[in-house]
Amino acid sequence: MNKTDNQKAWFLVLPVLLLVAFSAVIPLMTVVNYSVQDTFGNNVFFPAGLEWFRETLQSDRLWGSLGRQLMFSGIILLIQIPLGVYIALNMPKKGVWVSVCLVLMSLPLLIPWNVVGTIWQIFGRVDIGLLGYSLAAIGIDYNYTQDALAAWFTLVLMDVWHWTSLVALLAYAGLQSIPDAYYQAAKIDQASRWSVFRYIELPKMMGVLMIAILLRFMDSFMIYTEPFVVTGGGPGSSTNFLSIDLVNIAIGQLDLGPAAAYSIMYFLVILLISWVFYTVMTNLDRQEGQ
Amino acid sequence: MPNRKAIVMGLYLLFLFLPIYWLINMSLKTNAEILGGLTFFPENLTFANYVTILTDPSWYSGYINSIIYVTLNTIISLTVALPAAYAFSRYNFLGDKHLFFWLLTNRMAPPAVFALPFFQLYGSIGLFDTHIAVALAHTLFNVPLAVWILEGFMRGVPKEIDETAYIDGYSFPKFFVKIFMPLIASGIGVAAFFCFMFSWVELLLSRTLTATEAKPIAATMTRTIGAAGVDWGVLAAAGVLTIIPGALVIYFVRNYIAKGFALGRV
Repeated sequence: MNKTDNQKAWFLVLPVLLLVAFSAVIPLMTVVNYSVQDTFGNNVFFPAGLEWFRETLQSDRLWGSLGRQLMFSGIILLIQIPLGVYIALNMPKKGVWVSVCLVLMSLPLLIPWNVVGTIWQIFGRVDIGLLGYSLAAIGIDYNYTQDALAAWFTLVLMDVWHWTSLVALLAYAGLQSIPDAYYQAAKIDQASRWSVFRYIELPKMMGVLMIAILLRFMDSFMIYTEPFVVTGGGPGSSTNFLSIDLVNIAIGQLDLGPAAAYSIMYFLVILLISWVFYTVMTNLDRQEGQ
Repeated sequence: MPNRKAIVMGLYLLFLFLPIYWLINMSLKTNAEILGGLTFFPENLTFANYVTILTDPSWYSGYINSIIYVTLNTIISLTVALPAAYAFSRYNFLGDKHLFFWLLTNRMAPPAVFALPFFQLYGSIGLFDTHIAVALAHTLFNVPLAVWILEGFMRGVPKEIDETAYIDGYSFPKFFVKIFMPLIASGIGVAAFFCFMFSWVELLLSRTLTATEAKPIAATMTRTIGAAGVDWGVLAAAGVLTIIPGALVIYFVRNYIAKGFALGRV
């Protein structure tokens, strides 16, 4: 749609601007402020320059957490996106079952995150949880509080359980917008199932899939509550993701300066990757418009 | 073919439901039975865990608190997001694209980064431990999301409708409320659903910003871990109870989800 130039539109945006400025800019400025100061307590601060940034960048802590975080986001995207698309393709297209599937699939999305953690904490326990008990029963040495691999397995499985439905629902919405005529044309051409998917369904889903990838990337990169409840970052620091690490520094140790420097770098990484996604997405939008 | 599809969906739904079933199963058992061994059905069916929660004010006030701040947040987010989304979908103005991306960056901001500054900000203006503080804090990620969703829906409404309404002598507010909002009703429904969802499930910020008066239900759950170890039965019952409001909301908006998802962006 071609838009008209109208500078007065700013007045419509003003409420959002003020609200978000209050809840985003002021706190962010506080963080920046802390990141360049040091304190001995009693609210006496003195400038510390870029000391905290240097210290944080040189410590292994940030890099370790960042590596684990990237690996976690990578693994869950690789599982959830294809699985979500596959589920969407298998969903019924019409009838009562559509509503039933939609309602049942949305359920994990609306469970508070610490309850999700609690559910899997219980479910994975070897003594009282079904998953842990069954795995132990078939002879797999599984204990997520002791073994790093088992902890990772639990967290990835939990995230797949929690969020695949979101990807599936988005992909399903994309599929629903394809007119029947496309499928009829494909039938006349005797196109195989694979080429229907490759040349009709996938291109039409591209827009919503990019949104799904962006949302899943952002949220998995900020994940805190669920792994905190299940593993608390352990065993050792094997599941210590960025947010858990940051909260430990900021609230656990009350090291405001390093925590602030950590925060800013954390935010910048998310911003950079999201900006790349966003640019790709708007380019796709534009191509579709042409 | 249809059989294979049904099997895939059946398996997926089974995978989604096993952990939830396990929680419900546990909430109906006594602690002795939970720790005594693995049983697939409660042998001594008991509702004592639920009675504990529903008769203790410190438990059920958690629900009321959560519902109050989630509702406040949804109303605030939609009220400010509607005009803004209209501006983004209809007009070019100085810095619009930058502003839009800047809004989205707030959706990307990790709550962990904001927890401590929010604590100090709301403490210094005397809003600590109030419902409105949590509602405002959650606008950080809900307003950008609402703007994003609504803008997608609004782009689908032809501009000719606006122009015709103005020629017919409608003022902007009257046109917006009487004609435009009903046209994007399903979009508003979808945006409200997502605002509700993200505010309801978030815990880090709502826990940081409250102490007793506005404490959310999810934070109350940590109380089950006492000196005598974890009270598994009550913990499971509390978990089951936090799933119910979400399930109700999904049930009421199920038609919106089906239609809305297909029209909009999220």
